[in-house]
Amino acid sequence: MDLNQLVVILATAIATATPLVFAGIGETITERAGVINLSADGTILMAAMTGFAAALATNNVLVGFIAAAIVGAAFASIVAFGAITLKQSQVAIGFVLALLGADLSSFLGNPIVLVPGPTVPAWNIPLLQDIPVLGRLFFQSDPLVYASYVLIIVVWIFFYRTRPGLLLRSVGEQPAAAFARGSNVVRLRYLYTLLGGALMGIAGAAFSLDFKAGWSNRSTAGYGWIALAIVIFGGWNPLRVAIGAYFFGILQSLASVAQSNIQNVPTQVFSVAPFVLMILVLVLTSGEWLDNLLARLPVGVRRPILRALRQPAPAALGKIFEQD
Amino acid sequence: MKDNSTTPSPALALRPARGLTYQAGALLLSFLFLTVIILLAGESPFRVVSNLWDGAFGTPDQVARVFSTLAPLVLCSSGMIYTFTAGLYNLGVEGQIVAGAIATTLVLREFQGLLPAPAVVAAGIIAGMLGGVVWGLLAGVLNIFGKISEIFAGLGLNFVAQGLAIYLIFGPWKRPGIASMSGTEPFDESLWLGHIGQTDAAPVALVIALIVLVLTIIVMRNTHFGLRLKAVGQNPRASFILGVPATRLLLSSFIICGGFAGLAGGLQVVGLFHRLIPSISSNLGFLALLVVMLISFNALWIAPIAFFFSALNVGSLQLPMVLRMESSLSGVIQGTLVLMALLARGFSERAHKRAGGQ
Amino acid sequence: MNVELQHIYKSFGAVQANVDVSLSVQAGTIHGLLGENGAGKSTLVKILSGFITRDKGAILLDGAPADVRTPANGIRAGVGMLHQDPLDFPPLTVLDNFTAGRAGGLFLRRGAAARDFRALAEPFNFALDIDEQVGNLTMGERQQLEILRLLSLGVRTLILDEPTTGISASQKTALFSALKTLAGQGKSIIFVSHKLEDVEELCDQVTVMRAGQVVGSAAIPCPTQQLVSMMFGRELAAPVKPPTCQDDVALCVENLVVGDDRIDVRVDELTVKRGEVIGLAGLEGSGQRLLLLTCAGILRPAGGRLAVRTAGGNLQDMTGRPYHDYQKAGVGYLPADRLREGLIWGLSIQEHVVLRAPANGLFVNRAASRAVADQSIQKFNIRGKADTRVGQLSGGNQQRTQLALLPSPLQLVLMEHPTRGLDIESTMWVWRQLIERCKGGTSIIFASSDLDEIVQYSDRVIVFSGGRVSAPIETAALTANKLGEMIGGKLGDRAAAAVAAN
Repeated sequence: MDLNQLVVILATAIATATPLVFAGIGETITERAGVINLSADGTILMAAMTGFAAALATNNVLVGFIAAAIVGAAFASIVAFGAITLKQSQVAIGFVLALLGADLSSFLGNPIVLVPGPTVPAWNIPLLQDIPVLGRLFFQSDPLVYASYVLIIVVWIFFYRTRPGLLLRSVGEQPAAAFARGSNVVRLRYLYTLLGGALMGIAGAAFSLDFKAGWSNRSTAGYGWIALAIVIFGGWNPLRVAIGAYFFGILQSLASVAQSNIQNVPTQVFSVAPFVLMILVLVLTSGEWLDNLLARLPVGVRRPILRALRQPAPAALGKIFEQD
Repeated sequence: MKDNSTTPSPALALRPARGLTYQAGALLLSFLFLTVIILLAGESPFRVVSNLWDGAFGTPDQVARVFSTLAPLVLCSSGMIYTFTAGLYNLGVEGQIVAGAIATTLVLREFQGLLPAPAVVAAGIIAGMLGGVVWGLLAGVLNIFGKISEIFAGLGLNFVAQGLAIYLIFGPWKRPGIASMSGTEPFDESLWLGHIGQTDAAPVALVIALIVLVLTIIVMRNTHFGLRLKAVGQNPRASFILGVPATRLLLSSFIICGGFAGLAGGLQVVGLFHRLIPSISSNLGFLALLVVMLISFNALWIAPIAFFFSALNVGSLQLPMVLRMESSLSGVIQGTLVLMALLARGFSERAHKRAGGQ
Repeated sequence: MNVELQHIYKSFGAVQANVDVSLSVQAGTIHGLLGENGAGKSTLVKILSGFITRDKGAILLDGAPADVRTPANGIRAGVGMLHQDPLDFPPLTVLDNFTAGRAGGLFLRRGAAARDFRALAEPFNFALDIDEQVGNLTMGERQQLEILRLLSLGVRTLILDEPTTGISASQKTALFSALKTLAGQGKSIIFVSHKLEDVEELCDQVTVMRAGQVVGSAAIPCPTQQLVSMMFGRELAAPVKPPTCQDDVALCVENLVVGDDRIDVRVDELTVKRGEVIGLAGLEGSGQRLLLLTCAGILRPAGGRLAVRTAGGNLQDMTGRPYHDYQKAGVGYLPADRLREGLIWGLSIQEHVVLRAPANGLFVNRAASRAVADQSIQKFNIRGKADTRVGQLSGGNQQRTQLALLPSPLQLVLMEHPTRGLDIESTMWVWRQLIERCKGGTSIIFASSDLDEIVQYSDRVIVFSGGRVSAPIETAALTANKLGEMIGGKLGDRAAAAVAAN
């Protein structure tokens, strides 16, 4: 494999991973606030469809993205309303929306299937694009891809370096304690569920206006479910979630190379990888066996290992908060 | 603050008299929403309804297809009654169908020609059940001993089963010469389950589904097992203190649900597709989840609701031809009904609480 | 800050938690709030700090009326509360816990926060590693962190709810010296406790509450005697239980150690005779439940041995056996939280009967279980039908159902608050049933927050205070004062020796 081929593989990986970065980080934000938005798959499909339709109608990609974000937030608002206000099961509502969104997108998107439409224009960054290898990998893509890099960094900084980010994390851990410190738990949960939903919507538009350019039924290939798996794999940390997304991208692009070179194994088989990894990570982090295994090591050694391996879910994830 | 998020919530309220107004409202809102959606797609709702009806019941062939969809749907819904009753969201049912189908295909491939055809078919069906049991047990072990949420364990295993099926179809079990999404080489007609005439309906599959349904109703109403499952599902801690062996019961519910879903998968192979295809489950597992959420785990209602959903699925198949409309309308209708019912339940509970109830 | 609470009322449903409560605390003093279970202390301080909204009454801070309706209001007004279970974020670091909720710019500025933290911590000699996860800290360290956090928010009145439960002796010393320093700086401290020793050691002034009302107030020092009589305020009821004790041993406990994340309980030696009733007294959450759960086989002890008399008459070592074995050996447990641990909301009385009985065959025998349910309903006078869901029964009837469901015969019955929520007649009826069982050789260990119930029905009493356990005392030898002192933490020689040995 020569350098050229490697660059092609990596570039494909980045392109594949970009929608997943948006979706994964959106879900991370929502779950950090203590809400599981299981509707990701349906949300992404609906947003991909509406985003493309809006861009097609106005011949404006930006309008498409805005429409997609609104649809994403709208789906998230149903989850938020059902789960936070009506105190129903987040899982049930999210799951039904995942199925409903998928079918609704196919139904409403029927007239625009495979219709050519606008796409995000490429934008090479002057000077930087000429750097050997790195230039081709990172600086010869389009604004959406650049935006995804910015998103990863901004959300990471928001989580771990800012005051509202600290409050966001605290609401998902111990809503009662956050309330005691003056946070409006319900309002924050609504806010971050909607924000996460909007990012999922953008992930949908990233499909139909960029990565796959166009709309066809169920074209997003289960990315919503994959995003959910990657959030767990990434331990609810935006940086790790992004790494998970890129890892998946590399796997996919390697698979397509392998497919053309070696044998007839379709790339779908490799789509399983995130789920296998998710289960492994869950086994690693949930059971007590890891503690037993490491119990003999001195605390100084054990603690960093455990901290690196075990990124626990937000303690209040999926739980209903009742203020007395 | 209380943690009642992990208990599955039935869509229909427990106390029908109070919930009735809200359920009626849910139905009305669903109709409104669906009318708007259909109008948006540029069609008249009346034409759509009459086409759905024609599509489901217009010809004997189509009626037969409704019943061939009904059988696996009833099987999966019945299985899900056990896990929901035990308080589990078994989202892994899709994968359990696929695992069953894979196991059936394996047995059919290995034993065809070696044994008399009816024996091979019977062995295949049993293998399907066992395949589903293995997949259900896997989710159960991850949940109970690995302390992993059954939701994520189940979802993950769905995709693993799906990947396994695709790998087999394109790898070791590929058709001679060409490997494609259309599946493995069809089995010899002697290994097909008997059909009614030239239609899709296999009476054996229907009978099996009916037996399982009746069995489920009896187990839930009349046996110690059903009662204990209910107890564990509603309050695991109190059940434990009362002396109910929770772990064993939870594991059994995973096994039973897996077994019935696997049975459905096996019957899809021998009764309908006669080969392994990537979409062997036809999303019936997820549809069954919707059925069970809508009927609030009351097995008596499985038959009518599953029949209604099957008719929708089949009826919508001809929408693309006649009205140039996507067949996913059936899914939109099903999803809308369940979503509205869930929200209505929330409103009804809230109103009850406001009115000074417990 | 001077704090003045005037004519505070608060009720939860039918329960009146605070009735016309007035209290005033001077700046620069430490004010103790004493009272037994359910006296209304916690409700009062939660109202002051904004966690509970009062029904009526006024709060004056430094003479000005304050509208405290949320915890955030409270902090802004200068009132901060340290809860019994600290309200913090275990997975976050000490520094992030310290920072969360503090005002400031968009960015966290950890460096500046760390400097603030150290500057605050230093005078108190609180040695906390700012990068450690709070989940790894001891209860005492979590308290220290929470105190520093509240101080950093400019709190001028600090409320502490039972702060000395679950912390070590040295942490207690550090806590007390810190509180004294703070009072010296002009802050007012409200110290909620049931421990006489702590109040006597620390406070300048004490107010005693009973049944939702203030019953008195005194300056410290003040004779223990006077405090005890204010807290309990009455003569104890006379014992009514006939002797049912037999000579054989039903339960034998040796060197038992059991704990949860709050407290550890040690019972060096306990021998219960057949037919004997042992009452566990003390403030709720002082370890009674841990002992009951361990004897029931639900909780595994960290050390020690436990033996139960079998039907055959010999003692059988049950240490480490599963709960199921305890049930088979004839041990029955009756939890206090009926709808969370005892009964299943959506199932009927008859269905509970079926669940409790051994499963014979595959199918439920409806006729038989119906008959048993009807019998129990009649015998235990339950207001409900066999097919009534237990969730729809009243609290008293739920308790009767729980009692009706206990298998018979039993070697040992363990109960928490067996008559809570029952009227006097039902209580007497319940105990008649239980004493019948004792006559048949069943032993009973029960915890209750009703001292009269303990004295009336126990042969011997064990007092719990913050995980410390007294030696069993013959009920006949008990006086109200003695019991009050023990619940207040003065347990007597053996417990003190045990603490010293730790």
